[in-house]
Amino acid sequence: MELLVASAVGLMTAVGVYLLLQRRTFPIIIGLTLLSYAVNVFLFSAGRLVVNLPPIISDAGAYTDPLPQALVLTAIVISFGMTALIVVLALRSFLETENDNADIPGEDLAPEAEADR
Amino acid sequence: MLLAVVTLTPFLGAVIPLLAIRYGRNFCALATGAVTLTALVLLLSQAPAVYRGDVITWSVPWLPMIGLSFSFFVDGLGLFFAALILGMGLLIILYARYYLSADDPLGLFYFYLLMFQGAMVGIVLSDNILLMLVFWELTSLTSFLLIGYWRHLPESRQGARMALIVTGGGGLSLIAGMLMLGHIAGSYEITEILQRGEIIRSSPLLVPTLLLILGGAFTKSAQFPFHFWLPHAMAAPTPVSAYLHSATMVKAGLFLMGRLWPVFAPTEAWFLIVAPVGLITMLIGAWIALFKDDLKALLAFSTVSHLGLITMLFGLGTPLGAIAAVFHIVNHATFKAALFMSAGIIDHEAGTRDIRRLGGLLTLMPITATLAILAAASMAGIPLFNGFLSKEMMLEETAHTVYAGIVWLFPVLATIGALLSAAYSFRFAISTFFGPPRDDYPHKPHDPPLGMWLPVAILVVPVVAIGVLPALTAGPIVERTALAVVGEALPDYKLAIWHGLTPALFMSLIALAGGAMLFGLYRYADAIRLALPRPDAKRIYDAVLSALVNGSRAIIDVTHNGSLPRYAGIIIGVIVAVGLVGFLASPHEAGTREIIPMSFPAGVAWIVLAAICVALLFWHGDRLLALILTSGVGLIVSLVFLHFSAPDLALTQISVDVVTTILLLLALNLLPKTTPAETDAAGRLGRGGLAAAVGLGVGALTYAILTRDFQTISDYHLAQAKPGGGGTNVVNVILVDFRGFDTFGEIIVLGIAAITIFALLDNALRGAARKTLESIRHPLQSKDAHPLILVVATRILLPLALTVAVFIFLRGHNEPGGGFIAGLIVAIALIMQYLASGYAWAAQRARIDSQAMIGSGVAIAGIAGLTSLFFDWPFLTSTYTHVELPLVGEIEIASAVAFDLGVFLTVVGVVMLSLAQISRVEERTERQPVPKGPMDIPLKQGRIVSSSKGGN
Repeated sequence: MELLVASAVGLMTAVGVYLLLQRRTFPIIIGLTLLSYAVNVFLFSAGRLVVNLPPIISDAGAYTDPLPQALVLTAIVISFGMTALIVVLALRSFLETENDNADIPGEDLAPEAEADR
Repeated sequence: MLLAVVTLTPFLGAVIPLLAIRYGRNFCALATGAVTLTALVLLLSQAPAVYRGDVITWSVPWLPMIGLSFSFFVDGLGLFFAALILGMGLLIILYARYYLSADDPLGLFYFYLLMFQGAMVGIVLSDNILLMLVFWELTSLTSFLLIGYWRHLPESRQGARMALIVTGGGGLSLIAGMLMLGHIAGSYEITEILQRGEIIRSSPLLVPTLLLILGGAFTKSAQFPFHFWLPHAMAAPTPVSAYLHSATMVKAGLFLMGRLWPVFAPTEAWFLIVAPVGLITMLIGAWIALFKDDLKALLAFSTVSHLGLITMLFGLGTPLGAIAAVFHIVNHATFKAALFMSAGIIDHEAGTRDIRRLGGLLTLMPITATLAILAAASMAGIPLFNGFLSKEMMLEETAHTVYAGIVWLFPVLATIGALLSAAYSFRFAISTFFGPPRDDYPHKPHDPPLGMWLPVAILVVPVVAIGVLPALTAGPIVERTALAVVGEALPDYKLAIWHGLTPALFMSLIALAGGAMLFGLYRYADAIRLALPRPDAKRIYDAVLSALVNGSRAIIDVTHNGSLPRYAGIIIGVIVAVGLVGFLASPHEAGTREIIPMSFPAGVAWIVLAAICVALLFWHGDRLLALILTSGVGLIVSLVFLHFSAPDLALTQISVDVVTTILLLLALNLLPKTTPAETDAAGRLGRGGLAAAVGLGVGALTYAILTRDFQTISDYHLAQAKPGGGGTNVVNVILVDFRGFDTFGEIIVLGIAAITIFALLDNALRGAARKTLESIRHPLQSKDAHPLILVVATRILLPLALTVAVFIFLRGHNEPGGGFIAGLIVAIALIMQYLASGYAWAAQRARIDSQAMIGSGVAIAGIAGLTSLFFDWPFLTSTYTHVELPLVGEIEIASAVAFDLGVFLTVVGVVMLSLAQISRVEERTERQPVPKGPMDIPLKQGRIVSSSKGGN
């Protein structure tokens, strides 16, 4: 089971990074989403894989580690906020420029001429 | 205490001129002078003790862990320099009052000047070398402001920048050197360091330390090859030139050499480096000065030359050399400041300071001329003036200096330096003041007001007094100061005009006679100079600077080419490399944790996930497909959480996925539907390789973690969740109680993100964005945009969903659920109304403003946390109680529920605000009317009218 989860994390990371390195905004967003999944499962796995022992106090007396879960829960919600923000950023920049390239046009980077040379 | 007050007085008083200028220039000058005078009087109150031989120290720890303390001390050397800085400051304040025109902001000038003054005093009185570095940098900054005071002049700005770059760069070198010095000595206090010279001299790091410190001292004191900034800094107003560039700031490097003299002077490296640098600077400065037509430029290079002379004297490493150096600092400060001010007066009154256009000023402005001639005579080294005495001591010292086995080198070159010095002094005095009076001046020259020539006169008094009666006037000061430099009993020496027929006397005579001759043959000398190669330091400096700029620009062009994938690739590549290095550098063994056996459903889920991933790689160009595939991944992740004992995560993940998918769908509706395939195979291969490497690394890391046992830190949380937090769902208790502060920060971040989204889209209906929006046509649009079944189903679902949300919220503290999940469920239920009936329909019915929800959510959570303060508990401490409700029975209410309510409201607000904003933009492209149909709740009269007008 550990191998399955680990390889799944690796797969999601790889595809996420591959899409992240694309030139258009939408694949980048998808890539980030996949990367978030991978990272969340990775963080979650810091508590190791435990079956049927949810961290809910009961008579059983044995629980999985709740702390990674609490961290991942906030991470899931925060990654929604992040995704929403970049989606809107991408949308707005598409509406302004009519293309969805993530690259900055070269001339925008040209340093301003020195004032008194 | 008093020493700190002396240092801080100019800083604190610096605001006074800014305020005082409202009451006129005279008042402003007086107020500024009062500040400096206060500091000077306080300082001199320590003089009797210092002259009894005491060293007064005062110290307060500042950052003791790095060795920084706010500590000051004063001995003969510090007192001498501080008095020089403050005393000269008084004269400059008076002079500047008359020199600067009514258009120049005088208050600002005095502000800069006092800041500079404080920094200088700080350097010379600091005991802690780190503190001294702070003041050292402050002088660089304030001198930048002072040199660039006439900011409308390009040469003024350039000079300021050059001075900042050179002295600031030297400052960096000095920081490194001082840190090393403190490290070697084991203390950052100068008083301690001076007693540990033996340890420092035997350190293997001695030479690098010395070189770095000298880098700071040489740049500040304009020693070759860093001399070039000083003449360019002369673009500053003359009071600045006189103060910074002759009397004080350029002496900071000399002060440093004098201060650390007992530590370094006994070493061979000191003599081999410092003495020749000083000698070369002296010669080059004097040679260039001779041919400068601008009076200030002549004085600037002359200053470079004299700084070189003093540096050389320190560099000789002999106590007599140090005495001569101290004596020359006194003398140079007096005659050179007097000459600078005279040059300023001439410029001010005659309208030019070009030697070729000057002449005969003796009759036109007799007072100025007399004073300037006296000072120039001192600079030339004529007997009965103070310059002669120290110059003769210098010559005497060089006369028996043997460098690298060459006996004649130092005496001959020093004599040539003195000769050149005499020549340019003659040129300064004779070409300006003698000869027939000219009548082609831009202004009719006459003597300036008293306030302007008085400072010059005050300075010329010691020039003559010391020159005639050296032992009586300057003797005690030189002795006490030199004693502080040398650190031990001084050898026998005599400050006197007549020492007998010494070698120095002959060298002096040769220099004077030769100087006069050289001045007589000026035309031929100039021809020789023009025939020689003349490397222009500024051009070299500019070339170096532009090479640096071009070099960094070339690097930036490659790394910062505006391509986001490239940036991401570089960052990811570096992470992979770092991870690889860490992996290879450590031993590897398999983990020992017991493995959970594989199950059939898990295998199926894995295969689905892998298939989705592969499909995404190939078909991500079809964006809708990519989105659907991605949400499939999300589903499987939720299952993973569910299977491995994380019900809260599964719930959260699945509801967030719904919201995210809707959001992406909304955005995709406006964005292009496909991604054009990228054609370059190499790029694809590179990206693929990098992605595979990252995936492999992360996968391996996850596996390594999963197969190892660990020590949890959650035992406390598990044990205290029920008795301390009043809940059995430990994840929720952690979120709202143990780590409530994190959650509080998180909902604030979410709120900020939502408001940013609002800001980004709120004005998207104007300008270029509006044009794009109006050009978007949806080719495939359903004829039935709002299907009846969907509308009916969502209406029925809404109350059910809300009930479920309340349930999930309330039970969250004990069972899976809570504010986050409940918030997402409510948001989804509301969004379904938007989906079914369109934005306009839903927006008309939205009673609660999303922004208000975010605000109130954060506020409620904050108040819930603050309430605990009233009970003297820390922020966000929670409590709980048992309540007996009719029918329901006993339930437990934790105060953290209020906090969770804040979380809930924020989440609902954030999701609604983000999605509603996109929908609003989307609506622009809709060609459908606002639907009116079954299950509609009747709106209030006014709103229906307006909507039917707009819609139909």
